[in-house]
Amino acid sequence: MSSSTEPPTPALELNRIAKAFGAVIALTSGTLALQSGSIHALVGENGAGKSTLVKIIAGLYQRDSGEFLLDGKSVDFTSTAQSKAAGIAVIYQEPTLFPDLSVTENIFMGRQPTRSFGRIDRKRMHEEALGLFARLGVRLDPERPTLGLSIADQQLIEIAKAISLDAKVLVMDEPTAALSGIEVERLFAVARSLRDEGRALLFISHRFDEVFDLCDTVTIMRDGAYIDTSPIAETTVEQIVRQMVGRDVSALFPKEEAVIGDDVLVVEGLTEHGVFENVSFTVKSGEIVALAGLVGAGRSEIARAVFGVDPYSAGRVTIGGVTVPHRNPAAAMKLGLALVPEDRRKQGLVLETSVARNATMAIRSQLTRSGLLFTRPENAAAREWASRLEVKAAALDTEAGTLSGGNQQKVVLAKWLATKPTVLIVDEPTRGIDVGTKAEVHRLLSQLAGQGLAILMISSELPEVLGMADRVLVVREGHITAEISRADATAESVMFAATHAASEIAQ
Amino acid sequence: MTALIPAPTVGSRITRGLGSFVKARETGILLALVLVIVAATVKNPNFLFSSDGFRDLLLTPSILLLVAVGQAIVIITRNVDLSVGSVLGLTAYLTGRLFIDIPGIPVIAVFAIGIIAGGFLGLINGALVAFAKVPALVITLGTLYAYRGINVLWTGSDRINSSDMPASFLALGTQSIMFIPVLTIIAVVVLIIAAWYLRNQRGGRELYAIGSDPAAANLYGLKVTQRLLAAFILCGALAGLAGVLYAARYGTVSSQAGAGYELNAVGAAVIGGVAIFGGSGTVWGAAIGAYLLLTINRALPILGVQDFWQRAVVGALIIGAIVLDRVLALRQAKRLVEARGDLQ
Repeated sequence: MSSSTEPPTPALELNRIAKAFGAVIALTSGTLALQSGSIHALVGENGAGKSTLVKIIAGLYQRDSGEFLLDGKSVDFTSTAQSKAAGIAVIYQEPTLFPDLSVTENIFMGRQPTRSFGRIDRKRMHEEALGLFARLGVRLDPERPTLGLSIADQQLIEIAKAISLDAKVLVMDEPTAALSGIEVERLFAVARSLRDEGRALLFISHRFDEVFDLCDTVTIMRDGAYIDTSPIAETTVEQIVRQMVGRDVSALFPKEEAVIGDDVLVVEGLTEHGVFENVSFTVKSGEIVALAGLVGAGRSEIARAVFGVDPYSAGRVTIGGVTVPHRNPAAAMKLGLALVPEDRRKQGLVLETSVARNATMAIRSQLTRSGLLFTRPENAAAREWASRLEVKAAALDTEAGTLSGGNQQKVVLAKWLATKPTVLIVDEPTRGIDVGTKAEVHRLLSQLAGQGLAILMISSELPEVLGMADRVLVVREGHITAEISRADATAESVMFAATHAASEIAQ
Repeated sequence: MTALIPAPTVGSRITRGLGSFVKARETGILLALVLVIVAATVKNPNFLFSSDGFRDLLLTPSILLLVAVGQAIVIITRNVDLSVGSVLGLTAYLTGRLFIDIPGIPVIAVFAIGIIAGGFLGLINGALVAFAKVPALVITLGTLYAYRGINVLWTGSDRINSSDMPASFLALGTQSIMFIPVLTIIAVVVLIIAAWYLRNQRGGRELYAIGSDPAAANLYGLKVTQRLLAAFILCGALAGLAGVLYAARYGTVSSQAGAGYELNAVGAAVIGGVAIFGGSGTVWGAAIGAYLLLTINRALPILGVQDFWQRAVVGALIIGAIVLDRVLALRQAKRLVEARGDLQ
């Protein structure tokens, strides 16, 4: 604690919490103290251990060691029901709703108001839901199923749920990631009124403007450990970023200068209603273009549509002047397009299969001899790419699932580079990868661009976007709201574009 | 994202539309049932307009109805219980043994023991599913054989005959009150209670929640294990009750009694609109499904469909029901996406 006067007993206190999942250490020393009547921010890079900490508070995970105090008393939650009963409400990053049930039922499940014989009082439940929505300023039909609601609406239901719980401690794990400006304002108004009622709030966000707007205290985490806590008034964005990253940001991403050539990938007017609208951009050879924006803005969807995995209702994609057919990834691959997906464990790799098999998966047909696949050419091809990307696997027959995140990502990259693409789309290339390997992946992408590859990079990590990209396209709610050159791209300009509509940016 | 979609549809209309949609799912099946009955009656008026015909129409599916209600409850939680036929067989034989081994045992006690025994077998299923975290399909496939094996071991080549059981008990299987068979009355009472519980009680709603998204149910802090156990116990208990009634209805019980009931019960639930992946459907639907399934079996010979085709027709019905559900679900999902965030 850096504050000079000793505060009263915190509503919730975590001391040196550690948590590991098998060999993966998620938390080494998580420390946090929430005061009643305060909104506390928790910030840190992706993978800093914030979500793990939240899940320990929620009772979903149990800590391996450390102290967990609620109102000064040690607690050991073994289930989410216990933490809920103790007065802790958690809004998770991903909404967790029951799609078949109505909005109202989702809010009150397990604690519906009842009448005689335990009969659920539907009328009262309906009215209470309307009351909650009025307080949140939401217009939603309480009787419709939650199936088909947007992430923002789902998030609002989660918030209504948490408020109706009347909790002493309210944890919000990136609640604003999918919300629009007005919705965020309403949420903040509710959060402030909850604070004034004397509740303790924990707010996790990547948006510093929100942190400074809403919170009074901030705790910074890095690599699973507590770094610092300070009152918001006594810190600055620069200081927080420095503490989060723990090093100079600019030194992290050694961007090599590349010769930028002609347009390779041209996307014109790509539209899929409700997902993305009228998306147009180009990527030149040797250029790295970043698609920045908030989680859920539609960036991955655009990439998937370009590659042909997802449908689009209007628009055109061309590579070197040749139209890429709609919904045909195999044809897109033939034209030189490669997509390194966001979720490498589910979409990028076959985890139960060897490194060699994974690395050669996309060029399998070229390696066959009269329709049969032999180990020798497979290994030869895999070895070449594994060594070029410095994949640290004991052997080529190691199961891909046993590799570290960074090495897995290299295998996925190897798989696609083996197809000798002209356009490489990478979706969150360094998510969940340790800092050292991160730099390696960046060096690799930079080198590839230097060799003339056109790279479209989707990233939620601002330092990565700023460090790597020649041009930044900012996506907000399915629209490209800004195009920012490398020289003009700053954390502020990108974040502003990501959180404001195009009309506001122009002003 | 809301702003992207022009959504002129009115929220309340959607709700009303949904209400009728849900109704339509069950009325559709009911309509099919009426159609089958009308067709068979036109061909042979005795199918409906004879006292035997009318009685059979109500009586035949009653036992399956009980099993299907239990099955529907389990399926709603995104599980399945394939052992219900074996549970029915075991409790049917147990019923006969009770009358033979304990002369003068009150009929009500036999019912209680049968239900408890079925519930216990259901508990074994539920415990294996909830604690061993093995899919219910595999567990109950195992207990299907295991329970049947115990039955065969216990029964051997023996069989229960109607002479072994008191007339007052056997009368339950054939008697009617005001033209309605007693068995049907019991089945409908159970159906009404189950439907009421699923709709109006917290526990009932939680079963839907668990089936709708098990991971969310865990995050939510619902008592998932407890509810799953309860669903399996209930399903077993209903199969146990069905076993007792089976003995009363047919009078003879061999070691193979109730074989195949599990598939009929799953079929009835699916035809009745209970989603096989849980979370939606009603026991009403499953009950109508049970009636449709068995009434078709009786109607097809009258309609001149060869024996040989009857099973194919039932199969087509099940596939048709699933395809219909899929189409309706897709249409509903589309409509809901269009209507999102919109109220009045």
